[in-house]
This record gives sequence, C-alpha cells and structure tokens, in this order.
Amino acid sequence: MTSAESSIPAPPLTERFSPLHQAHVDAGASFTDFAGWQMPVRYSSDLAEHHAVRHEAGLFDLSHMAEILVEGPDAASYLDYALAGKLSVIELGRAKYSLLLAENGGIIDDLVVYRRGDEQFLIVANAGNRYAVVEALTTRAAAFDVRVVDESDDYALIAVQGPRALAILEATTEIAELGTELRFMKYYRATDAAFRAAPLLVARTGYTGEDGFELYIAPDHALELWDALTRAGADKGLVPAGLASRDTLRLEAGMPLYGHELTITTLAAQAGLGRVVNLDKENDFVGRAASEVGPVSGAPVLVGLMSAGKRAGRAGYEIFRSLDTDTSDGSITSGALSPTLGYPIAMAYVTPDLARLGTEVYVDVRGTRIPATVTSLPFYKRIK
Amino acid sequence: MTDTSKLQYTAEHEWIVVDGNVATVGITAYAAEKLGDVVFVELPEVGSTVAGGTVVGEIESTKSVGELFAPVNGTVTATNDQVVESPELVNSDPFGAGWLIKVEFETLPTLLTFAEYSALIGE
Repeated sequence: MTSAESSIPAPPLTERFSPLHQAHVDAGASFTDFAGWQMPVRYSSDLAEHHAVRHEAGLFDLSHMAEILVEGPDAASYLDYALAGKLSVIELGRAKYSLLLAENGGIIDDLVVYRRGDEQFLIVANAGNRYAVVEALTTRAAAFDVRVVDESDDYALIAVQGPRALAILEATTEIAELGTELRFMKYYRATDAAFRAAPLLVARTGYTGEDGFELYIAPDHALELWDALTRAGADKGLVPAGLASRDTLRLEAGMPLYGHELTITTLAAQAGLGRVVNLDKENDFVGRAASEVGPVSGAPVLVGLMSAGKRAGRAGYEIFRSLDTDTSDGSITSGALSPTLGYPIAMAYVTPDLARLGTEVYVDVRGTRIPATVTSLPFYKRIK
Repeated sequence: MTDTSKLQYTAEHEWIVVDGNVATVGITAYAAEKLGDVVFVELPEVGSTVAGGTVVGEIESTKSVGELFAPVNGTVTATNDQVVESPELVNSDPFGAGWLIKVEFETLPTLLTFAEYSALIGE
C-alpha cells in the first residue's frame, strides 16, 4: 500500500504537546521526547514522585496514549479475530488487557480494551504504536461490519495513582458519578461520569502497581480537570508525577513496557504473557498459528533479576552464566535501583536453562560482572 | 552559597575551583538536573593517578549513568565520603556539599569560563 492510497494519516513530523503542557511548565517540569511528544519526565524529584505514588498519590499526564474506537454489529467478533484475547465475552463496563499480534506471533502492541456498549469498544494503545495499531486494526476490519476510528486526538488522559486515589476522586466535587459509585468499582472496570458538563470516562486501571484511576476527557477540559484534581488532592499528599517515576513504578510492579520487554520479534509466551493469548477460543485470529507452535526451542524467556549493592543493570546490559564465559546468555530489557526496595532490580531475557527461580547469573555492568539472582515477578506487590 | 560565575567549567558539565595546585571537582546543576535523582556515586581511590579527559568515576541516577571525567592530570588527594553516603547531595547542592574529588595537578589545562559554559548549555 502506498501512502497515496492509504487512509491512515502519516505520523506528524513536528513535536507534539499535551493539552496540559502549560500546567507542567508552571509546575517546573523537565520534559523528554516520548514518541514525538514533549512529556514531563519529572517535576522536581523522580524518587519523591515514586514514593508519593506508593504511599499517597501521584497525578500523571498520559495524554500521548492512543485511543481507538471500534464499533458496529460485528465489533465483538471482529476483536476476537484482530486481537489475541477473547474480547467478545467481556461485559459492559469491564476492561481487559490484550495483545495485538502479527501473523508470525510477534507483538505489535499491548493494549487495554474497554467494552463501552454491546457493539462498541475503546482500545487504548501505546503512543509510539498509534499508527501501527490503527493500520493493523483497519486492515483486519475488511471482512467485518465494523468501524475503526482513531480518536486519539479527541482524548486527554489523566491518571491518579496511589492508595489515596479513591479519596482524591471522591473529594473532586466537580466529578459527577453517572454509573457505579467509585468506591464500589472494582479493578479493571470503567464507568461513564461527568466533569462539570463534560463527559468523562473513569477507569480503575493503571500502570504503577497501586490502586488508581485513569480519566479520559476531551482535551479542551483537561486543564480544568487537572486543576480540580490538584486542588482535591492538596491535603492528601497528591503530587504531579512524571514519566521517570512511572517507569520505576511499573518496573517494580513487573509490568512490561513495549519496546523493552515486548517487541515485534517477541512471542507472548516468551514474555510470560501466554495467558493473554486465548488458544481456547474457537475462531481463528491473527497470530494464532504461530502462537500454537510457540517459541523455538531455546528461545530466551523473560525473568526478574535482583542484586545486592547499589549498581543497577540497565536496558541492553548483557547477562552471563558465570564470571568467565565469553558468550552472552541474555540481556536486560529494563533495570533500575528500585526506589521502594532499595536494591537493583531488572527484567531480562535469558536462555531457558537459566530461567529457574533462584538461578545465579552475572550482569555485565560496564565491564564488571555483578551477581544477580533470578526472582519471581512482580518485585513489588501492594497489600490490599 | 557558591558564586558560580567564579568557577571554571568543562564541556563534560563539571565545575572546577582551584586553590593553589589543587582542583576541587563536581558536576554542574545543569548536569545534575539532566541526570535526575542521583542514587549512587563511585569515586576514584585517594592517592590514585588520573589522566585529564579520562573516566574516573560514575554518577548514577534512577534513569541513567553519568561519567566523571578527570579534568586535569594529577593525583587524587581527597574524595567526598559524604556524597558517597548521601548521593542526593549532588542534586541538592551540586556546587557545594555535592563536590566529588580533589586533584593535585602541575599544570592546569584551558577550561571554560562561566560565560562560555553558560553559552554551551544555552543559558
């Protein structure tokens, strides 16, 4: 398909700004490029922001994320074909984590799918994969009576994450609950609500390992919502939190990040996401045949690693089975000194014979091999 | 409070203050800000010989790793134990309590002035 024939818009070449950009500037944020967006990396201290989310609450701008509407009489059966999970069985108001697979079983993106109606779903995809996801979803829709609409520009996304998130939302008097009362809403549920006169989608989801909510609203109202949440959270320890803390929070929670743990050459089974690929569903789906075959023998698998000391292995650092072997046995995909635990943690792909819990391996930290132990994921789990 | 206009600088975002033939070295507020929260600092041994322009230590934040370059040829006469104990000093007081090493030198290379460094970082 040439670009002239394509109905898929080309990625913009200029950098993009969130509708909340001015609020971040006013709060003294440092910015980083994320998939073409200038997003806040931290406001003052990424460690303080991390700890705030673990103990009180953090406010995140995720407006760069992509939102794609799927609607039509075939929406449910279409998604069972287009995605790895069985989306047709999710009930109204529920959300499900899923994968968009390539024909060869590789991962195009990981997604959250919300059922918004009998024939309507909202898919939330990673910003960097927006155009790849829209293109794949559009192509796969050919034989179905369904519409795939890229609505990314119609939504800002604000997350409130942390043990005090519920209290903060309840104190935001401008939010009117139209569906379920928030305190009765379970995890991975969503409900329609209103912020002043503007429609608001409230989901109890997140990417931090804490309780929390993600709020979808039209960009025009995003700044007002951000300010209202900030006011409501002022006496509840709420701080704005940037992408640096989001990354250490999700790493502690053992959550994969596309481009690191998940790639177009990774099979779900290698990433420990075999349960997300539903081989019990009766219909064919893109990537089914490759998923049934599974990874080739000896293909690397994702593990958690922990070390003593303070020197953290980082993305790209190699893993060795002993101090003196020359051949690499894997590599780290994400790693940091865990702010909550105080020791280095990492996710890494290693050869299967090293994947057993408790296996001792070595991480090459800039020329020095540091011992690490294979450990179970997640590294951190909140006490409910 | 350190008068940063009186310091000398390198293109590797380090500051140097010279007292006799000893240079005290740290990283600039700009570098600390770019790194984010510093969580680990590794410094050379006291008494070790260092060559100007070579990596002699590391400054790690949660997000990335910064290298400490020796700005001069010489011998390390002191390292800041406090900053090893409390790496956050690099963020909270980069030009003061966050100093990293002292190096005794024979000749001082040409360093950047405050104006030149400010221009380098676009301020």
